[in-house]
Amino acid sequence: MHPAPSVIFFSVFSGLGFGLLVWLGLGIPAVTGWSAFAFFAIAYLLAVGGLISSTFHLGHPERALKAFTQWRSSWLSREAWCAVAALVLTGFYGLGLVFLDTRWTILGLLGALFSIGTVFTTSMIYGQLKTVPRWNMPLTPANFLSLSLAGGALLAGQVSEAMVLILIAGIIQAVTWLLGDKRLAASGTDMASATRLGDIGTVRAFEPPHTGTNYLLREFVHVIGRKHSAKLRLISIGLMAVLPVVLLLLPFHHIIAVVAVLAHVAGVLIARWLFFAEAEHVVGLYYGKR
Amino acid sequence: MNQPVIDLSPKVSDEIRKTTCYMCACRCGIDVHLKDGKVAYIEGNRDHPVNQGVLCAKGSAGIMQHNAPSRLKSPLKRTGPRGSGEFEEISWDEAYQIAADWLEPIRRENPEKLAFFTGRDQSQSFTSFWAQAFGTPNYAAHGGFCSVNMAAAGIYTMGGAFWEFGQPDWDHTKLFMLFGVAEDHDSNPIKMGIGKIKGRGARVIGVNPIRTGYNAVADDWVGITPGTDGLFILAMVHCLMKAGKIDLNYLAQYTDAPVLLNCDEKSPDFGLYLRDENGKQLVIDRETGKLTPFDQPGVRPDLSATHRAKGVTHRPVFHQMADMYLSDEYAPEAVADRCGIPADRIRAIAAELARVAFDEAIELNHAWTDFRGEKHTKMTGRPVSFHAMRGISAHANGFQTCRALHVLQIILGTVEVPGGFRFKPPYPKPATAHPKPHVGMTPGAPLNGPHLGFVHGPDDLALKDDGTPARIDKAFTWENPMSSHGLMHMVISNAHAGDPYKIDTLFMYMANMSWNSSMNTGGVMEMLTDKDENGDYVIPRIIYSDAYSSEMVAYADLILPDTTYLERHDCISLLDRPICEADAAADAIRWPVVEPDRNVKGFQSALCDLGAKLGLPGFVNDDGSQKYADYADYIINHERRPGIGPLAGWRMGENELQSGRGGVNAAQIDNYIENGGFFVEHIPDGANYYKPWNKAYQDWAVGMGLYDSPQPYLFSLYVEPMRKFQLAAEGHGMRQPPEHLRQRIKDTMSPLPIWYETDQEGNEGYTVNALTQRPMAMYHSWGSQNAWLRQLHGRNPLYLPTKLMREHELTDGDWARVSSPHGEITVPVMEMAALNENTVWTWNAIGKRKGAWALDKDAPEATKGFLLNHLIHELLPPKKDGMRWANSDPITGQAAWFDLKVKIEKAVAPKESRPEYPPIKSPVGQGPDHLAWKVGK
Amino acid sequence: MTTLPNATDKKLGLVIDLDTCVGCHACVISCKGWNTENYGAPLSDQDPYGANPSGTFLNRVHSYEVQPAQGEAQLIHFPKSCLHCEDAPCVTVCPTGASYKRVEDGIVLVNESDCIGCGLCAWACPYGAREMDAEEKVMKKCTLCVDRIYNDNLPEVDRVPSCVRTCPAGARHFGDLGDPDSAVSKLVAERGGVDLMPEQGTKPVNKYLPPRPKDALPEFDVLAPFLEPVVEEPKGFLGWLDKALEKI
Repeated sequence: MHPAPSVIFFSVFSGLGFGLLVWLGLGIPAVTGWSAFAFFAIAYLLAVGGLISSTFHLGHPERALKAFTQWRSSWLSREAWCAVAALVLTGFYGLGLVFLDTRWTILGLLGALFSIGTVFTTSMIYGQLKTVPRWNMPLTPANFLSLSLAGGALLAGQVSEAMVLILIAGIIQAVTWLLGDKRLAASGTDMASATRLGDIGTVRAFEPPHTGTNYLLREFVHVIGRKHSAKLRLISIGLMAVLPVVLLLLPFHHIIAVVAVLAHVAGVLIARWLFFAEAEHVVGLYYGKR
Repeated sequence: MNQPVIDLSPKVSDEIRKTTCYMCACRCGIDVHLKDGKVAYIEGNRDHPVNQGVLCAKGSAGIMQHNAPSRLKSPLKRTGPRGSGEFEEISWDEAYQIAADWLEPIRRENPEKLAFFTGRDQSQSFTSFWAQAFGTPNYAAHGGFCSVNMAAAGIYTMGGAFWEFGQPDWDHTKLFMLFGVAEDHDSNPIKMGIGKIKGRGARVIGVNPIRTGYNAVADDWVGITPGTDGLFILAMVHCLMKAGKIDLNYLAQYTDAPVLLNCDEKSPDFGLYLRDENGKQLVIDRETGKLTPFDQPGVRPDLSATHRAKGVTHRPVFHQMADMYLSDEYAPEAVADRCGIPADRIRAIAAELARVAFDEAIELNHAWTDFRGEKHTKMTGRPVSFHAMRGISAHANGFQTCRALHVLQIILGTVEVPGGFRFKPPYPKPATAHPKPHVGMTPGAPLNGPHLGFVHGPDDLALKDDGTPARIDKAFTWENPMSSHGLMHMVISNAHAGDPYKIDTLFMYMANMSWNSSMNTGGVMEMLTDKDENGDYVIPRIIYSDAYSSEMVAYADLILPDTTYLERHDCISLLDRPICEADAAADAIRWPVVEPDRNVKGFQSALCDLGAKLGLPGFVNDDGSQKYADYADYIINHERRPGIGPLAGWRMGENELQSGRGGVNAAQIDNYIENGGFFVEHIPDGANYYKPWNKAYQDWAVGMGLYDSPQPYLFSLYVEPMRKFQLAAEGHGMRQPPEHLRQRIKDTMSPLPIWYETDQEGNEGYTVNALTQRPMAMYHSWGSQNAWLRQLHGRNPLYLPTKLMREHELTDGDWARVSSPHGEITVPVMEMAALNENTVWTWNAIGKRKGAWALDKDAPEATKGFLLNHLIHELLPPKKDGMRWANSDPITGQAAWFDLKVKIEKAVAPKESRPEYPPIKSPVGQGPDHLAWKVGK
Repeated sequence: MTTLPNATDKKLGLVIDLDTCVGCHACVISCKGWNTENYGAPLSDQDPYGANPSGTFLNRVHSYEVQPAQGEAQLIHFPKSCLHCEDAPCVTVCPTGASYKRVEDGIVLVNESDCIGCGLCAWACPYGAREMDAEEKVMKKCTLCVDRIYNDNLPEVDRVPSCVRTCPAGARHFGDLGDPDSAVSKLVAERGGVDLMPEQGTKPVNKYLPPRPKDALPEFDVLAPFLEPVVEEPKGFLGWLDKALEKI
């Protein structure tokens, strides 16, 4: 799949933002007043910024409101509802904390729930797609959720929780990659099933339909070399999990914390880039590009 | 949960105008949908005899052709050096004045100084009429470099050929065998036919080194070695004759197999037909045992009996065939290796032909009477049909190969019978019913007759009194005596060399000679720009007409901009290459379904103006005024013979409009438009098979004006004119060939089909066959600048068989240096398994010159696309005596494109395919950067 | 609208005959022409005369080379457009309801005025049947020429998709695949029509007729009786000829 920056930024930063909102909704850390404002501002900037970034890949963002209509069937629509619900609930909850110094616990818990729901629905947009076998497994939501919660914990300054969650997220990430590599072969979809010509013999793509490129090739066919991918995975896991945990083990310092956050975010960005770049859409089979 | 309400019945268009496609030689009927007076959508015309509603990719993309940014906008006068593309726009008056100032003195002094050659011209009966009126002997269209072998072999052998001239009997055939690379001519009818017969489960056998297109759907594919089709065919002839699986009755009745030949080696008539005093071929009547003209009532010609007269033994043609083809030389085992087909496969295919032709013979209940007056109650059909593409003909042995295929058809009795191959009117028409070539030139006067035609012996050659060629292309000379379509591919190099003479003005139409329509493309560019010692161009003046900014435009001095096909009048005439079907005579028109929005003019209308300005007979009235205001005026009012005009429909009878013959009808074009742009007249049942010998057909054809009298004839398994050229080479007769050509004439001009090797001297070390074909979505279309079609084929790889890929350690996307004795190109490669293991190929004419066709200079056509033309020279490498012979068939002069042999080497990928040529300046700018084409709201 | 109808009254679709398709691209361009001028936004082209031309097409013809274990490689042309699946994943993923499957005939359509151009439906389609138009920024797909097949302004015979009408080889068939007695259903039954990527669970309505066995001409020993020589020596041929002529 084409690793579109808008979607990578959206999913990473909104994941972090909603992850932070989860922690804030749970009352961790128990902040009020201006320090609450700071935390909520960061969470909102990330979550809303991510959402705005996601609209950049829409052809018609002015019609975005229509996306709320199909919650019965569409994960994208559900994501829209969850995101709005999470933002509204945590928004009121945050107003209470910042301006009234009041904690509406139920509101916070509901906000946290919808924040998790937002990340989950986001992950299911990808996880539901049978056309991308690498994504079409329960590890996809686990991957998104664990990263979101770990990143949220990191931003929420919960050092020990963050260390544990980052390690868990890192392990899930690694397993996602390893299992993901086998998904296309395991899906049963190949050139023979795509063309149904396998009974005659070995199928090879000959002339493509057009000598130039097209939307399908640009959107769905992105091939990266195995060596390149392995290198990026190592860098990603190092930045995302190993380095932050090592840094968090050191005596606490704000600069160290900032570096840990930045390293983690960079690692997740690389992982998310790989999430798209390595994903094999089955349509590529028709072009012999798998 | 309400579904959106959508308009299921939108208005399709304001108006449909029905005209004829011009994207290739099919000439399908099209429905042009107009909205707000603009072309909105084009689809096939369901009522049209050719396409019956279907339409190919090119036809449907006509809207992009019509609106192409590469359209020329105005007459142009060259301002920069030739080849630069620098022009200024001028008025038509100025353009005509320039042309007249050049042409008028030529006509007055020496008309041969004008060479007028038209390329993909669909108005040859008109352009040749103009050239005749001008008086130059130098006129032809593109048949010489395209496929004269196919046409000439068919007409000399059986009075008709493949492609637009005949078709399998799709409704009855049970086995269809298709020969040859390239899947183009008559393409929609062939696709329709293949679809039809495959729907019935009939077998299709493809013989083609490349398994694309029709060969991809063929049930059986024979990946033959290029240039050996004739050998394969003659091996099948051998098998069938040896097994007696030949239609003896058909051979005896309808062919020259029983005609007696002079067998006295010393006689000046050795090998010629025995004829009576009226020139009629003589046979022995099996009933009486007596010598008799072939066409007498009740005669049953004997295939076996010989005749001795005046001490000379005469044997029937069939004896000679037995002598020749039963020889082990043609046994499958003897040819298998050369053809690349196992002997048993050859036998299996021959056996399958025999099985279907004889065991599955069919009968139609049509009573008919043959030309001898014999009445038949039924029509016997042998449901085996053949068709062939350019591949078998574009070799130096192509004429004989095409002839061999016709001989195979004929011995099986499958021509003009149910289930076999059938002619489309005006064919059948034997070579003897066609004109001979004319070169009788008088300054200031018309030529003494049509330029092109069929020679019947040395006397008909186009030679001057001193024996030198009369025509600039050396057509109809000893080098290529039977060059019925001329040799367009030799014009520029001959004119440049001044051999046989220098010319003054080269006038061309729709012929991309500085690019894909020439062998030796780079050399031709040099010839067109070469200057003599005085600094003048060696070819002094070039006038060119085209609708688009093709590569050739840059090389002309004066450009006459043509219209697109939707803006013009045309007639697809029975005098030319009509749109007939085997069951019907038909012709068609084009008319301006929209008016041009530029300062352009249909080329034929421009010729009417220019003809009048030059005062050409036929183009001016008695008072000297212009005779035809434009081409439409000519189409309606011109009469070639009394009662015969360009269009056969709705002619003026005594009391009403009539078909075929008749006077001028001022409303004729309106009648065509009312009828959907075409005219069709069906051949009555009972007249629609056995046409060359069927009285009912012959009478119908005379009524239609196709002939002036019935013309029954025998198929020529033996082409006597070829024997006459051999006789001359053997020393008989007054007109003698030059010494250096004697042996070649003796060797190649066998009156019975033979096969000879075409591997050229100088090819040592070049062992791989290299071929080209046009993709179906572009075949014969004028340019790949079409915005939709160029997305399908914007660049072309060289396809290599698996074996050669491995041998040279190549993988898809690598580049290879491909060289021939003449040149070298460096191009991208791709693997193809379904390909003859010693053959490479590519799509032809995808490669474009930078700056042409209003494309970006970085267009993939220019950077990745390429031409094989750079590897092919119009002359062969020098022989031992230093002579360079034409790279052509020695019989017809057809360009031997497919004799190319190359060497392949892996190469480092260059930035762009090579050779690279500098960009030419586009006289029309560059196309827009996006299209969202919608005419209606 | 993005839930799928439980059942559709008809299952209109195409049957594509891979045994007959010669790969001429006629359907591709006819489709481009009709759908540029009709339903929804025109199918635009970017850089149409430039270095990297790329446009929207609703139907594209692939080609595949198939190498059997024994014998010659085969080339198969393979047209592909929307298969109008019964369980169309492109419909259910759509967040706005722009993508829907018609109850009356099963045609999958995009209501362009509701399309936000998120592209998710194209992601969900395994066949590459949907293309985002770069000019209009909405999703385009085969409409099965819904504006032709019921169009009162067209003669009845022309009320078929433009690709079917134009196909020179007759390799494309249109009809109701939900009706077992329809011509297309019979053709599918007779020729063993198949679904593409059945494991994806999309239940395509369009079917593909596989190529018939190729290069299956009997070996010569089976056909040998048809070439039994009448004579062994060329010299005997004229004797045979005389006898054969007697029989005519």
